Amino acid sequence: MSYETLAVFARTWGLFYLIILFVAVLFYALRPGAKKQFDDAAQIPLRED
Amino acid sequence: MNVITMLALGLGAVLGLFLSMNAVDSGIYFHGMLLVVFCVGFAFWIWKRNGNTGGPADPNSVVDYNDDIIRLGLILSVFWGVIGFLVGLTIALQLAFPVLNLDLPWTTFGRLRPLHTSAVIFAFGGNVLICTSFWVVQRTCRARIAGGWAPWFVVLGYNLFIVLAATGYVLGITQSKEYAEPEWYVDIWLTIVWVVYLLVFLGTLRRRKEPHIYVANWFYLAFIITVAMLHIVNNLAMPVSFFGAKSYILWSGVQDALIQWWYGHNAVGFFLTAGFLGIMYYFVPKQAERPIYSYRLSIVHFWSLIFLYIWAGPHHLHYTALPDWAQTIGMTFSIMLWMPSWGGMINGLMTLSGAWDKLRTDPVLRILTISLAFYGMSTFEGPLMAIKSVNALSHYTDWTIGHVHSGALGWVGMVSFGAIYFLAPKLYNRERLYSLRLVSTHFWLATIGIVLYASSMWVSGIMQGLMWRAYDSLGFLEYSFAETVAAMFPFYVIRALGGGVFVLGSIVMAYNVYRTARGDIRDEKPYITAPQPAQA
Repeated sequence: MSYETLAVFARTWGLFYLIILFVAVLFYALRPGAKKQFDDAAQIPLRED
Repeated sequence: MNVITMLALGLGAVLGLFLSMNAVDSGIYFHGMLLVVFCVGFAFWIWKRNGNTGGPADPNSVVDYNDDIIRLGLILSVFWGVIGFLVGLTIALQLAFPVLNLDLPWTTFGRLRPLHTSAVIFAFGGNVLICTSFWVVQRTCRARIAGGWAPWFVVLGYNLFIVLAATGYVLGITQSKEYAEPEWYVDIWLTIVWVVYLLVFLGTLRRRKEPHIYVANWFYLAFIITVAMLHIVNNLAMPVSFFGAKSYILWSGVQDALIQWWYGHNAVGFFLTAGFLGIMYYFVPKQAERPIYSYRLSIVHFWSLIFLYIWAGPHHLHYTALPDWAQTIGMTFSIMLWMPSWGGMINGLMTLSGAWDKLRTDPVLRILTISLAFYGMSTFEGPLMAIKSVNALSHYTDWTIGHVHSGALGWVGMVSFGAIYFLAPKLYNRERLYSLRLVSTHFWLATIGIVLYASSMWVSGIMQGLMWRAYDSLGFLEYSFAETVAAMFPFYVIRALGGGVFVLGSIVMAYNVYRTARGDIRDEKPYITAPQPAQA
């Protein structure tokens, strides 16, 4: 694989891969149905002992 | 299980003996012997404990937590903290008064400086990270730590790594990579310890009774995995002899420089940031007795931080042989880091929303809060200094040293002190700390120390940068290098003063933790919470 092929691959597919992954993370964190689940998760450290 | 552990320790002792017997230099001879002492001592100690791998500090605990090991980690953290800060004070004084180099090879600045950086980052910071991660992962999973003696091996083996590294520096053994100075055989030892650490952490997550993995564990896991990757790639080296300390690194030229700073900056990003954010996401809510401000923000914070940090390394190589586009990538990603850094800081600070009055009556919470303030300040300053035109002035000057210390003393140090103060009474099953007033004393000593340190280095660094680039009317450099050094003298003295005050604070902490462990309670004026307004 030449340097150019790798650079083009990184600039196109690499970029899209990271953007799509990040959008997926945003969706996971911000989707409306998750509020209850995350409010519950935030209580984990306070529930113990 | 005991048989396998003993067999492994026996093999380690034989290997150490073998290395020492065939050693071609005194470093390997000495370090081989250290390995023998470690393995024999560890085996004897396991035998003496008679199968008791540790239990919970609180006898009424529902889960069979292993707190013995965290207690050991706490003692080691405090010990290495004081040592590391003292060595830092020594080299700060050496810069102001070179006579303190003592004209001995073992005590020169060049050998003590890596001793200081490794002692504070890896010995103090590393022990704090390992011991808090073992506490947090057990509590948030509501499960006992995985592996019988394995977590003990992680803590003790990691501290052997520190002793090998530190004694090596003083004896002159170094591969000359900043923050990765230990030679090949010490690197291999750390790799073994780190893989066991990862397995112990993953094993504990797997045992969890809590369906969701709490966000602090995500940060710890990112720290463990990324540090393993960075450590292995940056230290790929070929030893000259398998019985000698010297090795040559696989990379050469600008590739070596890029990999070194990809490692170096992510040591900041994943060791000193992600790991300590794990501490923040657990201990700030615990101490404030409120859930984190926004759990959603913590998820976005986590993923954006780890996506961006890994690219920021090239900003250490502005105006070098590194291609321009790579420098620009490093700069751009550093600037983008403003967002997750401040998102995380706001998330931590806003956890106190509605409970700000606690800052008045709880000095431990005050320490945790100021750590977040310093986190915000140093993560604002960092991207600023990564901008090429700013870097042209700041690079190679004391400004960098000041920036590093506002992050290291202010963020990493303070958040660690907060966690230590939280853990000490719990680990010894005491009602509370020996003295809250002394925590407040520590808070002020540390804060004043950092302010003196950072501000003197700003002035010194900017002055130094400006003197270096000053030309006279004929186009000659206006100052010789020695003149810039002479001009920095007063600031070096102020810096050493700030460092001295900071060290004093850490000694106050060590005393407080010691008295807490003994079960003493100081007779002192209590902090009184403000009377609550009557309900209408």
